[in-house]
Amino acid sequence: MAYSDKVLDHYNHPRNVGSLDKSSASVGTGMVGAPECGDVMKLQIRVNEENGIIEDAKFKTFGCGSAIASSSLATEWLKGKTVDEALQIKNTDIVNELSLPPVKIHCSVLAEDAIKAAISDYRTKQSSKVNTLAEQTVA
Amino acid sequence: MKTPIYLDNHATTQMDKRVLSAMLPYFTEYFGNAASRNHEFGWVAEQAVDKARKQIADLIGTTPREIIFTSGATESNNLAIKGVAEMYAEKGNHIITAATEHKAVLDTCKRLEKNGCRVTYLPLKGDGLIDLDMLKEAFTDKTILVSIMYANNEIGVIQPIAEIGKMCRERGVLFHTDGVQAIGKIPVNVNTDNIDIMSITAHKLYGPKGVGALYVRRKNPRVQLTAQMDGGGHERNMRSGTLNVPGIVGLGEACAIAQREMPEEMTRMRYLRDRLKTKLEAGLDEVFINGSMEHRLPHNLNMSFLYVEGESLLMGINDVAVSSGSACTSATLEPSYVLKALGLGDDLAHSSIRFGVGRFNTEEQIDYVADKLIDVVSKLRELSPLYEMVKEGIDLSTVQWAAH
Repeated sequence: MAYSDKVLDHYNHPRNVGSLDKSSASVGTGMVGAPECGDVMKLQIRVNEENGIIEDAKFKTFGCGSAIASSSLATEWLKGKTVDEALQIKNTDIVNELSLPPVKIHCSVLAEDAIKAAISDYRTKQSSKVNTLAEQTVA
Repeated sequence: MKTPIYLDNHATTQMDKRVLSAMLPYFTEYFGNAASRNHEFGWVAEQAVDKARKQIADLIGTTPREIIFTSGATESNNLAIKGVAEMYAEKGNHIITAATEHKAVLDTCKRLEKNGCRVTYLPLKGDGLIDLDMLKEAFTDKTILVSIMYANNEIGVIQPIAEIGKMCRERGVLFHTDGVQAIGKIPVNVNTDNIDIMSITAHKLYGPKGVGALYVRRKNPRVQLTAQMDGGGHERNMRSGTLNVPGIVGLGEACAIAQREMPEEMTRMRYLRDRLKTKLEAGLDEVFINGSMEHRLPHNLNMSFLYVEGESLLMGINDVAVSSGSACTSATLEPSYVLKALGLGDDLAHSSIRFGVGRFNTEEQIDYVADKLIDVVSKLRELSPLYEMVKEGIDLSTVQWAAH
């Protein structure tokens, strides 16, 4: 299979590989996929709680080159966006940017799912923090 | 060192230049039809075919009259299985085969099932070997054929062929084996191995593509096959079609070379394969050998690099030609059915690489491949959330995955 130059570039020079502290309230973690399916993506964001801007994003991916490229690209796009803006990223944007062939579209879907899962995790943490604060106030 | 490096010798092999030299005159100078009985051109072609028949027969311990030429092992497997099913339909309709056979056997059996045959697909033990007790249980009074490959094309596991053949012989059941991965690589003898029918192909033993053969036993028992193509009645009426004389000469020469050089070559293949294995095991943790190491072709290695996906691994070693059991590298997007049949989880199949060492590989190439793999696997593990989790002490089997 021939890979696009952009997929190769992300594969050879993956951006933002690594992990953030998943216990931190400002970090959202999304883990999607399954080993049996051949891809697992972990995508993390660190959000500035003041202004809702994603200050950092990291990923680790078990999967084919296109899955690695999709998640690497996602982290690049996430940085500097607000959480609401990040939710607008669509898998088709990734497909277009990386020129993914039809058999690799699921990689882009996975990346979109990972973004959504990370944001959802962040928001859950934030709302439970609010609840905890509220409870403390009542007490 | 020249790249890319070819380490995919179970898929096909580079033709030996000595084979090519033997073939060349038969394209232009001696172009006759081996079936032309009334002139010099035909006689020369026939002589060449006879010589090749002898060379092939010698390699597998039989007589030239038991060799039928075909276009390759897919045709040989089709002819063997369909030919027996049709010829012996009155005797029975049950065939026993194994889940890890080549598609040319499995899909042939599936076709026959549609036509009223009953087929038992034996599962395999975890090491890739047939369970002989299970085979014994599978025989019925309607069983006419057992088809079990000599050695597997993915994991290189060598089946207990002589014992399987003996069990068949005792029950009056014919025994076919797809011998393509074993012939010319390890000693194969149709008599001591109790084989009745065996598929052979040239391109797996440094010969040309598009030519193969079928060994069909003539006595004790005398095997008869119903031809699957109609025509001039060539090859004892079992396979019509003008013989591919240059191809046949090539197959013969390839067999002669293999027979002459086998002792030395087996030792060298095993040395190179073991060198690769040792280096990889020394350089990486969390690697897993698929299939029995003891009952294995000397030139095969099938290894899973845990927590790394096969296609991304192949991408990183793009100057090395190997295969992966990963779904992403297959046309069907399914992970290797052979590895799954061993009871390996899909995750192990996704992480597997098949290495097939061959006649033209060098020690220098093996070292390069090992170093490169260690480098790429290490890099991809840095990227792998699974490797990270395992290093944190998480048992992956307890994780609830968000499957998609």
